[in-house]
Amino acid sequence: MGKTFVQKILSKKLGKEVEPGKIYIFPTDWVFAQDGTGPLAIKVFQELQIKEVSNPSRVIFFLDHASPPPRSELANSHKLIREFCARIGCLIGEEGDGVCHQIMVERYSAPGQIIVGADSHTCTSGALSAFATGMGSTDIGVAIALGKVWMKVPFSFNIQLKGKLKERVTAKDIILHLIGKLGASGATYKALEFTGEGTRNLSMDDRLTISNMAVECGAKTGIFPSDEITREYLTSMGRENDFQEISYDTDAPYEKEVFINIEEVEPMVSLPHSVDNVSKVKEVKNLKIDQVFIGTCTGGRLSDFMKAAEILEGKKVKSRLLIAPGSRKVFLEGEKEGVWKILIEAGGILLPPGCGPCVGIHQGVLADGEVCLSSANRNFKGRMGNPKGAIYLASPITCAASALTGYLTDPREAGLEDY
Amino acid sequence: MKGKAHKFGDNISTDLIAPGKYFHLRNNLEELAKHVMEDADPEFVKKLTPGDFIVAGENFGCGSSREHAPRIIKIAGVSAVLAKSFARIFFRNSINIGLLLIECNTDEISSGDEIEINLEKGIVINISRNTEIPFIPPPPFMQEISESGGLVEYVKKKKRLE
Ligand code: SF4
Repeated sequence: MGKTFVQKILSKKLGKEVEPGKIYIFPTDWVFAQDGTGPLAIKVFQELQIKEVSNPSRVIFFLDHASPPPRSELANSHKLIREFCARIGCLIGEEGDGVCHQIMVERYSAPGQIIVGADSHTCTSGALSAFATGMGSTDIGVAIALGKVWMKVPFSFNIQLKGKLKERVTAKDIILHLIGKLGASGATYKALEFTGEGTRNLSMDDRLTISNMAVECGAKTGIFPSDEITREYLTSMGRENDFQEISYDTDAPYEKEVFINIEEVEPMVSLPHSVDNVSKVKEVKNLKIDQVFIGTCTGGRLSDFMKAAEILEGKKVKSRLLIAPGSRKVFLEGEKEGVWKILIEAGGILLPPGCGPCVGIHQGVLADGEVCLSSANRNFKGRMGNPKGAIYLASPITCAASALTGYLTDPREAGLEDY
Repeated sequence: MKGKAHKFGDNISTDLIAPGKYFHLRNNLEELAKHVMEDADPEFVKKLTPGDFIVAGENFGCGSSREHAPRIIKIAGVSAVLAKSFARIFFRNSINIGLLLIECNTDEISSGDEIEINLEKGIVINISRNTEIPFIPPPPFMQEISESGGLVEYVKKKKRLE
């Protein structure tokens, strides 16, 4: 019998066969925290009274959620993190470097690794065939000290993909479709493993968007095979040596199989206040959009902005449009491609690389009763700083088309050129 | 362990438990605890008597990894959370910080019911309705962490994680 990705990665790390459902102590390749969870992880680390950090060069802190900080308490958190990093000699993602998950995939994550981060979307690195999962500050504080975590080996769901994306349909629509099918807790404690020939038709940016949202149906992680696309991506990041092939076994012991024909996927939208509350965009009529946000670890990569720019070039938006590149690298590449000029001329507001308005700390907070359409991954009540606002989630293309018309708009709709 | 039930629905997210708008209070958990569950029920903290229980449906604690969520529930004086299911990260965070979670059928519990938990027998007793609800206790490793008072104490005691 074959093995799941989870079994392959975790067994290799432990040097013995692991069994799903059992708890083991695993060594970690990367341990990270962000500015919201970092201070508490530092406090936990200090409470442990362990002097030596097992491997500081494998510990990273990211200043991304409140960057630059809008208030003194948050500035003080940044200061505390900087001082801690300097003292123990670990790595830091500074203000303006971008969102933790995006920087992880650009610089650090690699196939076969175990990555734990004090942020729920740590599963993003699963797109690079890593076992990557989000944890809390206590786990991370302990992992900083010891380079180890306790983990139950999850059972896996086989998500078989077939076919290619149709025009103006994106990976975001695939994952919203899947979450709608499984439900917000449909994969709790499980790993999603993406297999099938359809995976070969998805770029690394597509895979990142899909793995990123695995947690939105409760999954511990969402893993893609490591193949030529992975090799190309790592090479483009100057990290070809990090590549190793990890392919899927068709006879692995999966707990559940889900088939998705990508060609049948249409532009999707997730309605307030739960990510699994999905609908086809074309079925939601007359929804006026006050603000559109394109960015985050889900929808803030170069290809996302290029798709948005394609729709908005030479046009003017009717909704407020906020754009935040996922990282400094994305920002610089977008600059070269000329996307910021297009989006700003269309009426967009360019924010610094980072989480931006995603989590309601600063920038883009909604007024009472306002509607935001976002390329992010969560639409929980209060997520963007005001429980009286409503958040809808869609692909960057749907976001751009809707910014153009001022209403939720299927990007395949005829007549968009006339705006 | 005895107290009153405060009932919530499905998918209570960490945004509802520890609202992002109080992000700046994350280094001040005592203050943050004054806003626990605020976006789900603005009156919750006023109604709470220490020792009470939060009772909810499916997927309690979904969303972000913020450990501040279980921590402020504990600081506010809630003695345990009972739900049909818990989100994964919230679940392990609670074990790690020593907040008791009980996974059981919560359909027959309403706000205001008097509840008692018997850990040895693995039952929740609804005193108000005179009913008993069984639950499965967590695996030994997790129990050991909880009994140590959380992961920090566990590691301090053992001087390692093995
Ligand atoms: S962009 Fe949003 S979802 Fe991603 S890490 Fe930042 S706050 Fe979390």
